[in-house]
Amino acid sequence: MSNEPQPIGDAPPVAHLDLKARLLVACVVLLILASAAYVLFARGAFESRQTLVLVADNSEGVVVGMDLTFAGFAIGRVSRIELSEQGNARIIVDVPTKDAHWLRETSVFTMESGLVGAPKLRAFTGLLNGPLLPDGAERKVLSGDASSEIPRLVASVRDLLANLTAMTAAEAPLNQTLRNVQTTTENLNGPRGALGVVMGDDKDARKKISATLDRTNSLLARLDGLVLKADGIAAKADGLVGKADAQVFGDAGVMKETRATVAQLNGLLGEARGTLKKVDALLQEAQGIAGNAREATVDLGSLRAEVEASLRKVEQLVNEVNRKWPFARDTEIKLP
Amino acid sequence: MLPGPLLPAPLHPTVRALRAWLGGWLQVVHFAAQILVLALSVSSYRRAQRRRILHAVYQATMPMLPGFTAIAALIALVIIRIVLATALSYGLTRYALDVLVRTLVLELIPLSAALFAALRYAMPAGERIRQMRLRGEFEALLASGHDPTRDTVLPRAAAAMFAVVTLAAVSGAVTLLLAYVSVYGFSTWGLGGFTRTVGQVFGPVIVLIFCLKTFFLGLAVAIIPMVPTPRETTAGAANADITRLARLLAVVLLIEMVSLVGNYY
Repeated sequence: MSNEPQPIGDAPPVAHLDLKARLLVACVVLLILASAAYVLFARGAFESRQTLVLVADNSEGVVVGMDLTFAGFAIGRVSRIELSEQGNARIIVDVPTKDAHWLRETSVFTMESGLVGAPKLRAFTGLLNGPLLPDGAERKVLSGDASSEIPRLVASVRDLLANLTAMTAAEAPLNQTLRNVQTTTENLNGPRGALGVVMGDDKDARKKISATLDRTNSLLARLDGLVLKADGIAAKADGLVGKADAQVFGDAGVMKETRATVAQLNGLLGEARGTLKKVDALLQEAQGIAGNAREATVDLGSLRAEVEASLRKVEQLVNEVNRKWPFARDTEIKLP
Repeated sequence: MLPGPLLPAPLHPTVRALRAWLGGWLQVVHFAAQILVLALSVSSYRRAQRRRILHAVYQATMPMLPGFTAIAALIALVIIRIVLATALSYGLTRYALDVLVRTLVLELIPLSAALFAALRYAMPAGERIRQMRLRGEFEALLASGHDPTRDTVLPRAAAAMFAVVTLAAVSGAVTLLLAYVSVYGFSTWGLGGFTRTVGQVFGPVIVLIFCLKTFFLGLAVAIIPMVPTPRETTAGAANADITRLARLLAVVLLIEMVSLVGNYY
């Protein structure tokens, strides 16, 4: 047998088989290498990282490869979990350098455990302009565990159920009340209806009803009497109204006299209007007199000023005479 | 009267069956060791041998590749839609991608690629080798100074193994692409999150188990159909085929179980 390649099996010959085979192998090798490179890239093998150590009381549920998220975006990955000398869990997180700027000195880290799935590591940064978190920083993790609420919830539910059981027991007040309500409902649906419910015992109810009916009858009789009296009063009132009509609207009634009085009043008002006009004229004259009086008052003012000036002169004169005539005993000055 | 020579006591049928079963498996292991030694020998990759292997690889892989990729993509798409719809209805969408990558790429696709390559290529190739043995071609090759195992069996075994790896790799890549498009649509904004999820799933241990699983599945598909069964006759062709298929399925099942135990325990 020669060393030339023989066709394998009964497969038909393929054109450029050698080249195609080499291409196929090359493509598959390339695909496998690309897949390996992609997985390495996805694992973060080609990016620079810094570490962050999160200290937690309990690392239950935390696994290597778990994400640390900031605002819902993964910015880090748990690379190692170890137990510290103090008995705390140290969760070492690798944070790519390009995402490290989201973590500041003031950042807070939480680990929240839900009812379903693994716990979630979250970072919160309030001040994004604070100093950057250094490489290898160690921070305490605040834990929030939804499942830890369950025992408390169960205890509350147990208390609630106990209360409900007590309320719905056979001799419980609520049950008795419900039984009473049922009895009342049956009475309401019974032949005596609501009246029976209100009145209570059958004999007492009958007595009470008959007494009530008697009193109602007597009341109705009295009402009849009252109505008859009211009818008489109404008849009298009718007569009175007729008389009043004649007094007011009759030939010698009040209305006619009133109309005449109104006519007289109209005349009186005309006269009063004339009188007022005269008064107006008088007032105008009085105003003129008042003007004159004002002018006279002004003149009187100047006159008074002159008299005062004259008096001062006379006083000065007297004073001078007294000075020049010192022996005079009588200092009285007699004015003309 | 002298007693005759002592004949060995006839074995119990169960013991006989057990011996046959054990002998069959030992033969598989022995043949696998032979093929591996040949595959690791430099002399198996001389120019002429290399061309034989390359041609066998092409003729084994190319006819299956488009069909298997299309079927795998279709089935993957159905599973992706089911998983996404279920995750959405239960509010667990953040786990959907994780589940898809683990279920499809790590578990289903290598298994289906191995079974597909076994049924479409390795079993028919094993049958042809069996017929060559029956026709005495192996003896003729040996007489002419050629090694029939190296010249006829090794290229087919290498082709079967290459086919398993290729089908798994191509279908895995297509499935990842389909998963991304199904979750994020035809845009690139989700590449970061997707890559991160893939990185989370493909941890070092998972990658190692995945590679070992694919390798051993390929090895099983390459070796078991070509193992020479004892007392091969023309009449026993169907019986031999069923025996090989049963052994192959048993080994595939074992590999799958071991990989599951390694991944999730």
